[in-house]
Amino acid sequence: MIKEGKVKIWSDYQKEIPDDHWFYVRSCIRQNFFPAAEVTFLKILREELGKDIYETPRHTTCGGIAYHLECIPQETQMTIIARQFALMTEAGYENYTCSCVTSFGLYSETLETWHEMPEVEAKIRENLWKSCRMEFKVPKYLAHTSDLFYKFRNDISAKAKYRLVNKETGEPLKVVEHIGCHYAKMFPSKGVGGAEYPYVLAGMAESWGGNIIDYPERRHCCGYGFRQYHVKANRGYSLSNSYKKFESMEPYHPDMIITNCPGCHYFMDRWQYVIAEQTRKTYGQNGYGIPVFTYEEVAGLTLGYNPWDLGLQTHQVAVEPLLDKIGIEYNASEKYLGTGGKLICTPEFPMSIKCC
Amino acid sequence: MDFGYSLSKSSTMKIENLENSKFKALAKLEPDATKCIGCGCCTASCSAGVFADMSLRQILLSLQRDCQDKYLPMLQNCMLCGKCMLVCPRGINTRHLILSICKIYGIEQ
Repeated sequence: MIKEGKVKIWSDYQKEIPDDHWFYVRSCIRQNFFPAAEVTFLKILREELGKDIYETPRHTTCGGIAYHLECIPQETQMTIIARQFALMTEAGYENYTCSCVTSFGLYSETLETWHEMPEVEAKIRENLWKSCRMEFKVPKYLAHTSDLFYKFRNDISAKAKYRLVNKETGEPLKVVEHIGCHYAKMFPSKGVGGAEYPYVLAGMAESWGGNIIDYPERRHCCGYGFRQYHVKANRGYSLSNSYKKFESMEPYHPDMIITNCPGCHYFMDRWQYVIAEQTRKTYGQNGYGIPVFTYEEVAGLTLGYNPWDLGLQTHQVAVEPLLDKIGIEYNASEKYLGTGGKLICTPEFPMSIKCC
Repeated sequence: MDFGYSLSKSSTMKIENLENSKFKALAKLEPDATKCIGCGCCTASCSAGVFADMSLRQILLSLQRDCQDKYLPMLQNCMLCGKCMLVCPRGINTRHLILSICKIYGIEQ
């Protein structure tokens, strides 16, 4: 597809994203795997952009993993979501943003269900009152957190210390953007740019100096899929999906992958290690693999944050070759230092994929 | 390293690379071969299919995709009763088609 065609599609799928005052909820798995990504999101919005964003420790899971694994019915899941909305209402906010793409899909699905079937919403309100004695207002605006960074991408770019550019050649880095399936595949109008060619991450990467790669399996699932990975018998299928994507992007020699979904980020990073151990095949240059980042981590890097404060030491694929390519300064000896300068631990190195 | 699971071979195929000269010969002899919509009525009504592997739908698909080695032996289970012919919504003469496949692909019926 030619660029003009994409621009036409992107112009058809634009959503209204308010400028300020957001109620924020975190992702379940992301807090554990890449905790610094969410911390960086809040830091950039509050300290760099001066935005009002509120979060409460009382918020819980959206129920997405249990719902998609068919462990809980939709009514239960919608009641959990109604409780989150009640927390937002209590805090006096109308704009709701979530860090997880699964949650975003589920919130969109719930709001659409209530819109089509008001009697279901009434039932959920009753459930919530009976179980928690809480009431809620439906959010005026719903956005994924990547939507917010998309909106403020030029503001971030204006403050950036580094660009996504090879410091030796001056060429833009070749970026693979991967959007979580639940971001726009279920409700194309809810995502920036629609489902076929979402613009949300492409817009960020271009604004920060990179070049997007358009490869054949660009819209293919990362392979996580709840019933694929969580059921061990299906885990090979999960791995095979990621393998298909890596094989498809390999000829374009990507420098990095940016994702906006907790699952995609984790599996595109970790499966590179598993593929290397099983097949001895590595992607990227010199056997290091292709580093995978969240958009917050990339924003943090461009703003000049310390890579180890961004949690890049928790990645499986080494990020140092890319940091060197951009020219980002870091201290290798501080990689595994925790708070107070104490060495946390040094991980064992894998056999087939190179690490720093 | 054994993780307890492994990569599946990709099912991607490049149509331009398929060797399907035999299927072309079959389609010339038996134009019905390209009329199948893969609905599976033949398989559902197959007397042999109850006791042994026999799926004309799978066989036709494998011929088109040049991966017939695993599926052709199924034809030896066919009793040529013709029940599939009665239920085919495309009116394919399945019995004749099966005999033509055996002839072109060298299967002993």
